[in-house]
Amino acid sequence: MSVFNQSRSTVIRLIFAGIFIVILVQLVNLQLFSGKYKTLALNNAVYPKVKYPDRGIIYDRKGKAILNNTIMYDLEVTPTQIKGVDTNYLCQLLGIDTAEFRKRIITSIIKNGRYRPSIFEDLLPPVVHARLEENIYKFPGFSLVERPVRTYPFRAAAHILGYIGEADSNIIKRSDNFYRLGDFVGRSGLEQYYENVLMGKRGVEYMIKDNKNRLVGKYENGAFDTAAVAGRNLRTYLDIEVQQLAEKLMKGKVGGLVAIEPKTGGIIAMASGPNYDPNMLTGPDKQKNFNKLFLDVSSPLLNRAIKGQYPPGSTFKPLGALVALDEGVISPSFGIGCNGAYYGCARPVKCLHSNPGHAANLRLAIANSCNSYFTHIYRLAVDANKFGNVKNGYQEWKYYMNAFDLGVRVGVDLPSEDKGNIPDSSVYNKVYRNSWNSCTNLTLGIGQDMMLATPLQLANSMCIIANKGYYYTPHFVDKFDLETAEDTLMNKFRQKHEPLTKISDEAFEAVMSGMQDVVEIGTAKMAQLPGINVCAKTGTAENYRVIDGKRTKLKDNSVFVCFAPREDPKIAIAVVVENAGYGGTWAGPIAALMMEKYLNDTLRPERIKEVERIAAADLMPGWVIREQYKQDSIRAFKWFKMTNDTSVIRRFLERGATFPKEQPEETPPAPERRTVKMMNEAILPAEKKNKTQRTHPIS
Amino acid sequence: MSQRKPEISKGIDWLLVWLYIILVSVGILSIFATTYKEGDSIIQSFLSLKTDYSRQLLYFGIGGVLAIFILLTDSKFFTATANLWYVFGIVLLLLVFPFHTEVKGTKSIIRFGGFQLQPAELCKVFVNLALAKYLSRVETDFSRLRSQIIAAAIAILPAMITIMQQETGLALVYFSFFLVMFREGLPAAVLIIGFSLAVLVVATLLVDPNTLAIVLTCIAAGAIYFLRRQIKRKRRILFLIMGIWFVCVGIQRFVVPYIFENVLQPYQVKRIYDTIGKDYVPTDANAALDIEANTTTKKKDDGDYNVKQSKIAIGSGGLLGKGLLKGTQTRYDFVPEQRTDFIFCTIGEGFGFIGSMVLLGIYFLLLMRIVSIAERQRSVFSRCYAYGVASVLFFHIAINLCMTIGLAPVIGIPLPFISYGGTSLLTFTMLLFILVRLDADRQMVLR
Repeated sequence: MSVFNQSRSTVIRLIFAGIFIVILVQLVNLQLFSGKYKTLALNNAVYPKVKYPDRGIIYDRKGKAILNNTIMYDLEVTPTQIKGVDTNYLCQLLGIDTAEFRKRIITSIIKNGRYRPSIFEDLLPPVVHARLEENIYKFPGFSLVERPVRTYPFRAAAHILGYIGEADSNIIKRSDNFYRLGDFVGRSGLEQYYENVLMGKRGVEYMIKDNKNRLVGKYENGAFDTAAVAGRNLRTYLDIEVQQLAEKLMKGKVGGLVAIEPKTGGIIAMASGPNYDPNMLTGPDKQKNFNKLFLDVSSPLLNRAIKGQYPPGSTFKPLGALVALDEGVISPSFGIGCNGAYYGCARPVKCLHSNPGHAANLRLAIANSCNSYFTHIYRLAVDANKFGNVKNGYQEWKYYMNAFDLGVRVGVDLPSEDKGNIPDSSVYNKVYRNSWNSCTNLTLGIGQDMMLATPLQLANSMCIIANKGYYYTPHFVDKFDLETAEDTLMNKFRQKHEPLTKISDEAFEAVMSGMQDVVEIGTAKMAQLPGINVCAKTGTAENYRVIDGKRTKLKDNSVFVCFAPREDPKIAIAVVVENAGYGGTWAGPIAALMMEKYLNDTLRPERIKEVERIAAADLMPGWVIREQYKQDSIRAFKWFKMTNDTSVIRRFLERGATFPKEQPEETPPAPERRTVKMMNEAILPAEKKNKTQRTHPIS
Repeated sequence: MSQRKPEISKGIDWLLVWLYIILVSVGILSIFATTYKEGDSIIQSFLSLKTDYSRQLLYFGIGGVLAIFILLTDSKFFTATANLWYVFGIVLLLLVFPFHTEVKGTKSIIRFGGFQLQPAELCKVFVNLALAKYLSRVETDFSRLRSQIIAAAIAILPAMITIMQQETGLALVYFSFFLVMFREGLPAAVLIIGFSLAVLVVATLLVDPNTLAIVLTCIAAGAIYFLRRQIKRKRRILFLIMGIWFVCVGIQRFVVPYIFENVLQPYQVKRIYDTIGKDYVPTDANAALDIEANTTTKKKDDGDYNVKQSKIAIGSGGLLGKGLLKGTQTRYDFVPEQRTDFIFCTIGEGFGFIGSMVLLGIYFLLLMRIVSIAERQRSVFSRCYAYGVASVLFFHIAINLCMTIGLAPVIGIPLPFISYGGTSLLTFTMLLFILVRLDADRQMVLR
């Protein structure tokens, strides 16, 4: 029989071969031609664990670390392992209830799965951490994990140093996905400006994970791992003690203060009022604190030293003189007769002095701060024959201003600086429909009209005078560690700017002498320092603010600029205190104390009392309280409309009862009465239902 | 192993023995590669019997003893007791029903002491013996339909019992005996019709029912057109074509949907659908529950997770592979059932295309050797038995490999000699060494 079917043996062999060929082809396809499986396998099993480097430390000029790293702890949980945890005890330690506990466990399961640890509570306060560490053995599945956190040991320089925060989608997009969700990046101040320097290089550790997402070991024994490179440290010009003093002096005031080392442009101190403790934005309560600061209408988060724009007033006068001198329209001996006002135009400009000879030359004019003199030389500069018409003349004048870094951003190494205002002639063309002349904006000569400058710009202008014609762009960072030729960040700060070339040293001496006279016999006597020749100029600038829809004239801003010592300038300061009156009353004493502290490294004992006096002075303008009250009431009402929850309104009304009755004169009657009334009406029906006869305090 | 006894070793086909030893060693190595835990002392864990590879090594030893026993047995013993073994096998299969222990959803395992026995696995040997015995009987005329049906029944009876134990994969193996029958004279038409039927069923699943009906009608119309001259002479052809067309459409429209909805378990339907790359949406809630209960992985929504991970494992091996103990897919449990049914992943990932090629080569050499051994037998019994061995091995290899590389639905059958499992290894050892014994006595005429 076998003979008959012999050929079938071949058929069977062919069937075997056929199927084996099919398998072979599929193997060729899978193993040789489909590259994707390698990637898929890697994605399955390899987890790139990012290693974050320590951020760079920031030092002050004396080598003290003013922004450092410290360790805080996160509590992590691995959901599969939490069997036999004393939930109640843990909740008690953390101050949460069991419902919240369960919610967090579920959240972490959803986020990272049951087998991977996820954060249960981040940034534990030290007390909680200490108690947890003792008891952690009682909580299987929970562990304490180190987390590096920024710390500000001197509790100062919040606006300068800035803070770090989690990268949001905008930052991630802008960085071309370099940052990932959850990464921390500098969000303001030096932290933001020097992000690339401070950040260091991230390392990657390739870990192997199993099918349950547990990390089980290193991939290829770490052959592909890259080590994290620590961020580079910044060496700044800041003097943290002077900075602390400045912040203390600005307490309870609104305004800005900048102190610069004229020879280098290095910023010694920069303060803004109101201020906050930078540590508020690092610890466990950072979000809460941030919200509080953010909602404060006095804007503690705003750095007024670079973002506050103020009319410079009389402090501008020395600069006006420099322009006129450089253009050659006056000489140091140029003088005018002033009898109490300037009558060159239709509208007279008042001058504080009327005695004859108080503006007999430049030095006297500065010493006496003669308005007539400086409006006059402004007009001389703008109307000079060589320009043909006022518009060209004005553009030239504006060119000088911009060369002094007025009306343009100075370019300090902080983000989001404001540029003040020196209007272009086109602005005047528009406002005055093309018909204007030097009379129209003559108060520019005394630092008013549309002129606005930041305290930083004012301090920088002092540097120009102190240096006799040159300046370096003001900046905080002297150098950073391991700087290489590729780091171009610092180049612009090492370039000398010389906006004034045609002025003789004698002319500068005349301006300086005028400013020294201000200190010795003029309005800035409080700035005298024994044995040191101080040059200064006070300013008292009119200012307005829109309050409750009305443009209201507020109390004058107190402005003060100075530098010292005259022969070898080491510090130049500009101080603006909003609505504080004369330049000599508040701004002057503040600058004087700063100079003394910086130049002598210490304060005389009798001056410490002065520090306390100024620090204790509460000069918060009345509108701050009003605006806060208004905003809070609106927010409380909105919250009530949204949620029907009266607790916020009630809390607000209780606070309203203590609202100070005596309001500044400038402010009109409260328009928010309507809102309060509406709120009361909203609450009352509910109260009636409760049949309680409580009366509510209404302001 | 038996060189010291020249009387036993006489006539033994050493190539088969060596291939056997190589394959089992590869198997133990692969099991070692998947289950070895970093840091364990290798020798200690090999001897401890606590790890899978050490247990497989033990089974290898038992297999060796068993092989020697078989080689010591007179080959006439097998022909004489073939039917007895068959009855024993069926009884064993039936004993499963009262005495089974449920393991991982199957009801086909009897447990005694520390060991598990799966009669459905073991029964292959007995069926092979019985079938060879029946086909080699002098009075059997295999060209007669009655003999063919009896032969088919011998193979299909244990398959049916196995299906009742919810081990569809093992049951399918018995259909491989049709290859033996084919060799012994079963009309080729039976195989062709069977193959066509399979194509039709797959087409039914893949193609829209109406489109397929139109295609079938077109084929029938085409056939009538081309055969119009013959039809004029013989009307019967027309009716035959019409009949075939009718049966095909019937299968496609009614039989397949009926089987899928009422006969097969929903999870099996899902596996079939997964293989051809279609989504299976169960019509009722019970079906969905069944799928969930029978999906071994955590990712319930992703039924073809196993195959996907298996393909990733094999595909990521590349040309040379990642090396022993370096395969991330198999080392970190991404592939389920990787010691048993998906053991090929370990080889594919660890040793790449070259390694897979070598293994395929060894298997192919083994099959070709068995076929050529079969053809050199004088006795019909030995030849039938040899073809049976070849068919069973071929079926296991083909289905298992196709399953791991995504060409066949996930049917839980082991890879011969390599997959972890005592019953499986011992069954294949018996299967092979009975052949070696029979072949050693190929000069004798056995009945």
